[in-house]
Amino acid sequence: MSAPARQLELGRIGEIVRRPDGIPKTTGEFAYASDLQAAGMLWGHTVRSPYAHARVLSVDIGEALRMPGVHAVLTHDDVPGEKLYGLEFPDQPVLAVDRVRYFGEAVALVAAEHPEQARRAAEKIVVEYEPLEQVRIHLAGVGDAFGGREDLSMQIHGALLALHASRPVKMVYNREESFIGHVHRHPARIWAEHRATREGKLVAVRMRILLDGGAYASSSTAVTSNAASFACGPYDVPNALIESTCVYTNNPPCGAMRGFGAVQTCFAAEAQMDKLAAELGIDPVELRLRNALAPGHVLPTGQRIEGSLPVADVIRRAAELEPPPAEELPRDPLRLPGGAGNTTRGEGIRRGVGFAVGFKNLCYSEGFDDYCAARVKLLEDGSAEVHCAAAEVGQGVAGVILQVARTELGIDDVRLAPHTTATVDSAGSASASRMTMMASGAVRDACRAALEERELRGGEVDIERIYRHPRTSPLDPQTGQITGERAHVAFAACAMRVVAEVDLELGLTRVVWIGAAQDVGKALNPQAVEGQIEGGTAQGLGLALMEEIQTRDGLITNASFTDYLIPTALDMPPVESVLIEDPEPDAAYGAKGVGEPPTVVSTAAILSALRDATGLELNRVPVRPDDVVGL
Amino acid sequence: MDVLTPSTLDEALRLKAEVPAARPIQGGTDVMVELNFDRARPPALLNLNEVRELRGWSRENGTLRLGSGLTYTEAMAGPLAEAFPALAEASRTVGSPQIRNRGTIGGNLGTASPAGDALPPLLVRGAEVELASVRGARTLLLTEFLVGPKRNALEPDELVTAVRVPAGPGSETFMKVGPRNAMVIAVVSLALRVDGDELLASYGSAGPVTGLVRAPLSERAGFPEQVAAAASPIDDVRGTSAYRRHALRVLTTRALDRCLA
Ligand SMILES: Cc1cc2nc3c(=O)[nH]c(=O)nc-3n(C[C@H](O)[C@H](O)[C@H](O)COP(=O)(O)OP(=O)(O)OC[C@H]3O[C@@H](n4cnc5c(N)ncnc54)[C@H](O)[C@@H]3O)c2cc1C
Repeated sequence: MSAPARQLELGRIGEIVRRPDGIPKTTGEFAYASDLQAAGMLWGHTVRSPYAHARVLSVDIGEALRMPGVHAVLTHDDVPGEKLYGLEFPDQPVLAVDRVRYFGEAVALVAAEHPEQARRAAEKIVVEYEPLEQVRIHLAGVGDAFGGREDLSMQIHGALLALHASRPVKMVYNREESFIGHVHRHPARIWAEHRATREGKLVAVRMRILLDGGAYASSSTAVTSNAASFACGPYDVPNALIESTCVYTNNPPCGAMRGFGAVQTCFAAEAQMDKLAAELGIDPVELRLRNALAPGHVLPTGQRIEGSLPVADVIRRAAELEPPPAEELPRDPLRLPGGAGNTTRGEGIRRGVGFAVGFKNLCYSEGFDDYCAARVKLLEDGSAEVHCAAAEVGQGVAGVILQVARTELGIDDVRLAPHTTATVDSAGSASASRMTMMASGAVRDACRAALEERELRGGEVDIERIYRHPRTSPLDPQTGQITGERAHVAFAACAMRVVAEVDLELGLTRVVWIGAAQDVGKALNPQAVEGQIEGGTAQGLGLALMEEIQTRDGLITNASFTDYLIPTALDMPPVESVLIEDPEPDAAYGAKGVGEPPTVVSTAAILSALRDATGLELNRVPVRPDDVVGL
Repeated sequence: MDVLTPSTLDEALRLKAEVPAARPIQGGTDVMVELNFDRARPPALLNLNEVRELRGWSRENGTLRLGSGLTYTEAMAGPLAEAFPALAEASRTVGSPQIRNRGTIGGNLGTASPAGDALPPLLVRGAEVELASVRGARTLLLTEFLVGPKRNALEPDELVTAVRVPAGPGSETFMKVGPRNAMVIAVVSLALRVDGDELLASYGSAGPVTGLVRAPLSERAGFPEQVAAAASPIDDVRGTSAYRRHALRVLTTRALDRCLA
């Protein structure tokens, strides 16, 4: 990687830039939204359904209203205007009307002086329910919980309380409520059939994908379609029949989550590729290379790959990464499966090596086209101010915006105004691996326009530009084929090689090392890209080994970080990343979104290593100790 | 809610007698969770952190006396870790460094969870619990102190002052199974000690209370099966009954190899 020549804070495009939020977040001084305070502020609280499915016969708020400190108690009667909302269909009530359809559905709201007063008042609300039979289609393992930013949770509720009480209102979901009040990844059950020639060339893929959407639609239709779009993996498949279905259930609602449907299908498709390789006696990496998708190929949806998609290169570079040699025994138990639990000194341990590759779309697809605005002011004193409403959600987009502006304007003195749509048009959502791509395009265009303007007129300049990605159009609802030139804007691929150790007798695992090669177009800030790869990998590792929302009859049974486990530093191996820079022709600087591909691939790659170590099929994630020991 | 902060044991016992509902708090790693989750609202907290008599450990006439305020971090280090290796190993499995810095052995006894990690190493040593009140002091075997899941034999006016175990030689180890490699509540755990001709095993998270199983060394071959059979595990969100029993067999086999190597 190129060593930065200038001060870490003032880097241009392609250089490592230190993140201003890094130190405050590490030391705990960073002010998150839950740290906000305002004069006269009230605390909001949500009253939730204890049933997964019930008729609401009555809601009595009389006693709650008389409790100390209470300023507002609201039910669906108090919702003015539209009582339903939803990302694609308005099917979800702001507050339940006559029926609740999932455990934890919001029924009433309270605002009070103190959070405890709000909680106490909430306990005094008497809701009479008549439990109803649930429609249960099938029971599957439930996935992960992250990425609820796309969805609404407490936004309408907070606004209602504030409107009613004419006071600022604060609502903070505690950990348990976050499991209930935010959407999750869709649990999936997938059936797949792969056909190939003896030489290992794929002939046909059939796949049936069944997704559990939970009680309300949220972005389920888009996730369902995306799962189908990426079902075959980054391979040239001449014949494909893919059926992707999402069902309503009384389980917790699912929506957008890092990987957006491609995670589930990558797990299935890559397991198939390993099986196929074994059946044909072809090296698994070689089999993948023989089928690697490339520009010019046509996807099962009929879309021709036009831009950058260096799948073969990604596969080759990941396969070339050399894992560390096997560690000797005896060794510190922290470096063995079971870790701090001290369960083995080497007994029962088997090492496995796995491989997987996957790909995903970047930006919104299928006609959900959007844009990003940026505004640049060139000031008298030679400095510049950038306005862009791109949401900094920890991914580092604020730094990228400044890098772009410093690069384009050729100056160091650039300030980023507060992220708000008050002074500049929308930037769209921080999701779909789109924010960096869209914001760098918008800021680049605004900077260039500002320089031109100053060239023409001189003096101070203030200019706003809108950036749009290439247009997309929906897939035909009957045939699943493209209706225009493309359904997806661009693609990115990632491949991983994984070394894992498994304690075959106890079913415990340790992922030892991960080598990743990712197609990033252009690394705007290489260190931030590596951070995304590591973070995305950790999330996929969680799904592979431990993260599961468990339910019984629609009720979440492990809504806490005591029982919903996420990886610790001891579970996460070092990740060696290779950044493959094959510029995306239509994107600013050729940069691609980088957030999702590692999450798409790491679950599949870890499973491949576990299968190698155990010789088992392991067709379910997370892998439970029981699955390994055969109980 | 009042916070009462005595600075001597006598004062602490007097306050506990005056306000029996006052909740003792040492590290607070269990108490604060209960308060934050609104599961308990005691009228007062009895903060024991300033009571010097409860801190640290000592060696007295062939006995190790661990103050109820002994933290896991303290149990993991120095001569105590050498004198009581299974407790040190168990302490290393507890939570995160922050929890180990705050959490205490006395708190683990107070909570009396079948998943409490300090309990199996204490049980295989035949630990005794020292209890005190304004009425006087008494000593109970740890097996008598643990009366049910999250229930112990403390009277409302009593405090745990210390735990005592024989300091004698012997070979011992502790192991804990969880689906994550650190900071996890035991799916199942095991302490094993070979004390002369006797085998002692204690399992956690595999029954309503932490269990203790003994056998003569001559019955080593059947011991893993004996331990697995003695447990009465259930299916819950953390694991299945079948897995817990299976794991106990594996852990006991490995622990015997370790301790008799
Ligand atoms: C994140 C996290 C991880 C954890 N991981 C583990 C783990 O891996 N293994 C494990 O075993 N535990 C774990 N725990 C639970 C907890 O840390 C332990 O039970 C610890 O030993 C409690 O000690 P404490 O000093 O913090 O107890 P406190 O919370 O202060 O008290 C616990 C109980 O004991 C009572 N008590 C305390 N001192 C006395 C006394 N002297 N006399 C009478 N009663 C008393 C209190 O009233 C209370 O009922 C974890 C907790 C958290 C929050």
